[in-house]
Amino acid sequence: MAEKLTLKQEFTKGILKENPTLRLVLGTCPTLAVTTSVTNAIGMGLSAAIVLVCSNVVISALRKVISPKVRIPSYIVVIASFVTLVQMLVKAFLPALDDSLGVYLPLIVVNCIILGRAEAFAGKNPVLRSALDGLGMGIGFTLCLCAMGTIREILGNGTFLAGIADLLKVFGDNVFGGFNGFDLASHYPGGVVPMTVFILPAGGFFVFGMLIAAVNGIVERKGGKKAREPDCAACPMAGSCAEAGKSGAPKGEDCAVKNGAKAAAAEQAGTDGAPVPAPGTREGGEVA
Amino acid sequence: MKYYIALFVMGVITNNYVLSKFLGICPFLGVSKKTNTAFGMSAAVIFVMLLATAATYPINSFLVAHKLAYLQTIVFILVIAALVQMVEIILKRYIPPLYQALGIYLPLITTNCAVLGVVILNVDSGYNFGRSMMSSFAAGVGFMVAMVMFSGVRERLESSDVPKFLEGLPITLIAASITSLSFLGFGGIVEGMGLI
Repeated sequence: MAEKLTLKQEFTKGILKENPTLRLVLGTCPTLAVTTSVTNAIGMGLSAAIVLVCSNVVISALRKVISPKVRIPSYIVVIASFVTLVQMLVKAFLPALDDSLGVYLPLIVVNCIILGRAEAFAGKNPVLRSALDGLGMGIGFTLCLCAMGTIREILGNGTFLAGIADLLKVFGDNVFGGFNGFDLASHYPGGVVPMTVFILPAGGFFVFGMLIAAVNGIVERKGGKKAREPDCAACPMAGSCAEAGKSGAPKGEDCAVKNGAKAAAAEQAGTDGAPVPAPGTREGGEVA
Repeated sequence: MKYYIALFVMGVITNNYVLSKFLGICPFLGVSKKTNTAFGMSAAVIFVMLLATAATYPINSFLVAHKLAYLQTIVFILVIAALVQMVEIILKRYIPPLYQALGIYLPLITTNCAVLGVVILNVDSGYNFGRSMMSSFAAGVGFMVAMVMFSGVRERLESSDVPKFLEGLPITLIAASITSLSFLGFGGIVEGMGLI
């Protein structure tokens, strides 16, 4: 599959066609948690994108060195190192962002997008392609977070880009004239009361659901497939899931690949009802 | 004692890990189609959360004592991954019935952000060992409550007539939104009961 794509397609597929959040439904935790404002969304998206590109490059460069049996732990070590680096940089230069992202910054380690791309792409493809794939996926993730953040911040808080000064500080003090977002609510005489529910957790689920419905609608009109049902298809643990299915446990029903979603899904687990991991996937990977 | 009760109520209801902190959303959406699966998965999560907290507490003390606190993320994830693997092997060999019940869920939990999340949050909050364990237990029970409740919602969703454009994932997320909204009603319960 990958060989047929040009380098440009490799880059753009992550932004639209295989958008990690809206199409593959990976990395839902940060998508829902940090999108209470656009500033947080940008911060989170870029941090994850940096980790994604760096870990993709390193994993791809080491793909012939890492033994398949210990690859998941190796990937985790690589990813965790880059997350630690990003975490330290953010703490040092953007303390305000570190405060607002809190625990979700170190949790980039377990973001399924990153491990998922390492497993499905970087571990099998050359360095340049992996870097482009990571960059595209990272930008796709950031854009989706920004879309969520825009909707939730405007409706739930009545502001847009509030607190962006904390991010722009990287470029130097007052480069952007102290720009710190718009206060939309204040433009109405008498003011408006924002719908706080949108920045509450319930609003996060709701906006995400609506966004996926909208994207599904657009894609379907163009003759594409719906975003996959949330199963473990594109999740890096799909192989274990398939094993679970073999033992006849109820789990198999949930996790065996159902809709044959392309990309990661097809590469990682068996087809409908026959949860046999494809050769070279993670069967027994972690037991080693 | 009061503080422990407060921690429990907070973890299970007001600060529910899934519905208000958005940790562990993947299994919440992926494994909640049937109530018994949801139950098994959550039982395994409680188990691993407690073990991970017990294992990382001394390790964290060691890291802090040697001024290596910046290694927390990388050490914690490795400890959790190794621990889960070890537990799986031990259970398989010595306690087969428990392995039958939890074993299949264990590998899936390694990269569950709720487990790493609870460990990091305990460290960030500066809890002592007892409080860390209580907070992890509450987080696990909260996960179970959310999962089991939501699996009930989903079983009913399966048989209901959903507008076409919302079919599949969108309606699941909207149902989750309403479930989360219902937990909002408990806000302030900890303060109201005079627990903190």
